[in-house]
Amino acid sequence: MLSSKVTCNSHGQDSSYFLGWEEYEKNPYDEIKNPKGIIQMGLAENQLNFDLLESWLHNNPQPSAFKNQNNQSIFKELALFQDYHGLPAFKNALVKFMSEIRGNTVSFDTNNLVLTAGATSANETLMFCLANPGDAFLIPTPYYPGFDRDLKWRTGAEIVPIHCSSLNGFRITKSAVEEAYKQAQKQKFKVKGILVTNPSNPLGTSLTLNELDILVNFISTRNIHLISDEIYSGTVFSLMNTEIAKRVHIVYSLSKDLGLPGFRIGAIYSNDELVVSAATKMSSFGLISSQTQYLLSKILSDKKFTKTYLSENRRRLKERHEMLVNGLQASGIRCLQSNAGLFCWVDMRHLLSSNTFEGEMEVWKKIVYEVGLNISPGSSCHCSEPGWFRVCFANMSEETLVVAMQRVKSFVDSMVKKNNMSRHQQLLNRHSRRTKSLPKWVFELSFHQREIAADER
Amino acid sequence: MLSKKVTDCNAHGQDSSYFLGWQAYEKNPYDDVHNPNGIIQMGLAENQLSFDILQTWLDNNPDATGFKKNGQSVFKELALFQDYHGLLSFKKALVNFMSEIRGNSVTFDPNNLVLTAGATSANETLIFCVANPGDAFLVPTPYYPGFDRDLKWRTGAEIVPIHCSSSNSFRITKSALEDAYQQAQKQDLKVKGILITNPSNPLGTSLNSHELDLLFNFISTKNMHLISDEVYSGTVFSSPSFISVMEVLKNKNLINSEVSKRVHIVCSLSKDLGLPGFRIGAIYSCNEEVVSAATKMSSFGLISSQTQYLLSEMLSDGKFTKSYLSENRRRLKHRHETLVKGLQKVGIRCLKGNAGLYCWVDMRHLLSSKTFQGEMELWKKIVYDVRLNISPGSSCHCSEPGWFRVCFANMSEQTLLFAMQRVKSFVESMSKKNSPPRHEHLRLSHARRTKSLPKWVFSLTSNQLEVGDLR
Repeated sequence: MLSSKVTCNSHGQDSSYFLGWEEYEKNPYDEIKNPKGIIQMGLAENQLNFDLLESWLHNNPQPSAFKNQNNQSIFKELALFQDYHGLPAFKNALVKFMSEIRGNTVSFDTNNLVLTAGATSANETLMFCLANPGDAFLIPTPYYPGFDRDLKWRTGAEIVPIHCSSLNGFRITKSAVEEAYKQAQKQKFKVKGILVTNPSNPLGTSLTLNELDILVNFISTRNIHLISDEIYSGTVFSLMNTEIAKRVHIVYSLSKDLGLPGFRIGAIYSNDELVVSAATKMSSFGLISSQTQYLLSKILSDKKFTKTYLSENRRRLKERHEMLVNGLQASGIRCLQSNAGLFCWVDMRHLLSSNTFEGEMEVWKKIVYEVGLNISPGSSCHCSEPGWFRVCFANMSEETLVVAMQRVKSFVDSMVKKNNMSRHQQLLNRHSRRTKSLPKWVFELSFHQREIAADER
Repeated sequence: MLSKKVTDCNAHGQDSSYFLGWQAYEKNPYDDVHNPNGIIQMGLAENQLSFDILQTWLDNNPDATGFKKNGQSVFKELALFQDYHGLLSFKKALVNFMSEIRGNSVTFDPNNLVLTAGATSANETLIFCVANPGDAFLVPTPYYPGFDRDLKWRTGAEIVPIHCSSSNSFRITKSALEDAYQQAQKQDLKVKGILITNPSNPLGTSLNSHELDLLFNFISTKNMHLISDEVYSGTVFSSPSFISVMEVLKNKNLINSEVSKRVHIVCSLSKDLGLPGFRIGAIYSCNEEVVSAATKMSSFGLISSQTQYLLSEMLSDGKFTKSYLSENRRRLKHRHETLVKGLQKVGIRCLKGNAGLYCWVDMRHLLSSKTFQGEMELWKKIVYDVRLNISPGSSCHCSEPGWFRVCFANMSEQTLLFAMQRVKSFVESMSKKNSPPRHEHLRLSHARRTKSLPKWVFSLTSNQLEVGDLR
């Protein structure tokens, strides 16, 4: 009666990623009304800069009111504007903003830009353009749980994971990519490309030059595509020759940088004319409201504003990131060293009762229900090792983050007390053994130290 | 290297003449001051008649665009709101508006409503929900050219036409339905349902109760779906009144029945309110599974929360919606009459319509040959010589040549009158151009046609239909 897309479970929405969310919805934290409720730390939102945006709106009331700089109404023009090529003023402002984010090291051509209702739509559209049903894309783990739905559900495409390991800070290695490719062939999937999120969700790290080299070489020899989901504002690698450049496509969005997920502003950038042409037609299924295109064209054209916003946003994110890292450290919990994103990739392996995914689920349930924090378990992100969690830090007030850190401390303290002394001693031994046997850099990887040839493994 | 959806040329259906005429217009667009010899756009079904009413509302309600509610800023809440269940206040306002358009004869439950970025997205999403690749939907001809892309391209579904004929004013008949069904079976296609546009694009007529009965009987016996694209429901400007499939369910006591789980409606504010740029569409279904799946799929085309908020405020204003709907109808009726009379003066008739933003115009008598080549010949003359971009019936999959869709609500009244003058000149020059015998031949064949066919072919009312339908 209904299509198989409806009757089977391919929307991927029963994963724990969504279940924790449901629990939060039932019992949400509010510092006054529900101080014992669950604190949402599973939502990668950027709530740190609404004051800057509201101040801009206050000083520039015309665009929201459909007025141009001469205070004339352009409501009719916008109401009628449904051209899937997008509002030129908005595309112009958007490509400049994308350049600015990347330190003006690259420039983008508006003719290669396709607007879509959010990155969700952009990713699915690119899949429709590059893959036939049954074709596969390779994706490094851990990855954003939403990809299972966005890339596979209606497109019929497959995802084959490129397994990354904590042993080298979850960096992509040549052997991991080749393994994944072989795995795909075993399953008789035709590999059409690789999709990376840069900076990574959930790791919060940007790809190193070494990783990028590996990827570009691989797609070059195999003649496949590379999609770089850069919604967390990755650095676009200065590319290679034109032929390969045609197989590299970028996805962007204003949901994370500007904190506007509700406005559904996404884009595909591609050097391949056919892809741009097809994606443009497909964008009919998810155009951005012209009302929103116009407002954002004005905000992003304000160079003074974008400059201030970007630097202040970075400063605030950095501060919050430090708060979380230090707060967890005070409880003996470490994070993967990261330089981006709205979250930390947190190592709670030492808190597992067993080094298994069941053990991870156990800890996760305790954290959701007892500690009252909704965080995302690594298994929901297809991480190949249990014990890692994604914890967001930019979607609540500073006070709330402090409360969350206190709760974590109480939880860890109580866990230590709960166990008898010998077990405690066991844990301590194991922890110090772990820290002694593995190089320090596993926990404190920096961009430069990366060069240490861990990826040769 | 790229997917078949990209490389299979024409799978997107965008090379049809529907789009080519548009391209010609883009190169040489009419402007009463800057380009008075340019092409007048009469191929775009937009409603530009009531922006003043909307503008006044905006001027009087600045908070709706200023992200304020009761003087308080709601910017942050809206900026963060990406819940695919949609803004509840907007859904409530929208279902009330949908009821109001239908004369409050039916009510809608906001929990059965799924918001989508336009009807384009809604139609595709519904097909993803009810059809597997290779399954077919039956669609009465002539139909909106965009369906070839929207219903088939990425879904892999097929369309099998239900051929409607001018001999009974393009009404749906039982035999046409059965023919289409058999045709699908011949092609080994599994038919999952029927998709109708009601009021019809491009006919400009609303389905009568007889047709609706036929459809309901058919989907009942064959156990299939009925999708009713009702995006033009707010453009009904004269009798007979519009009958929504929801009303049929109600009148037949089928609410909560098994059949009701297979009936789905698509709505939009693009035609009623003239806001195609804002991408406001919706699916309405009593089938929980469909609502649930479509809600998740709407992730791929959510409506901007900024826009949801504005429209929730506007549509919650009962005083506004009431006066808007009646004034809009009045203006559409007037424009429709202007076009019909203007064409009638030069011997061109329209199918009698009661809705839509266009007329379905009979130019068969102007064809040099009763073929689609003849239609294309005439169309090119009209686009390039007369300089009017109108839509040829073939682009709408009409089975008979000579019919054209001509829009009347997307330009000023002066421009419409000017277009009518151009048509007059064209028809007159065509009569002069032909040698007297030919002219006589044309005149005679026109007269023959008008004499041999009952007058009602050109001015069908719903009662008279029963006669034609028996054929």
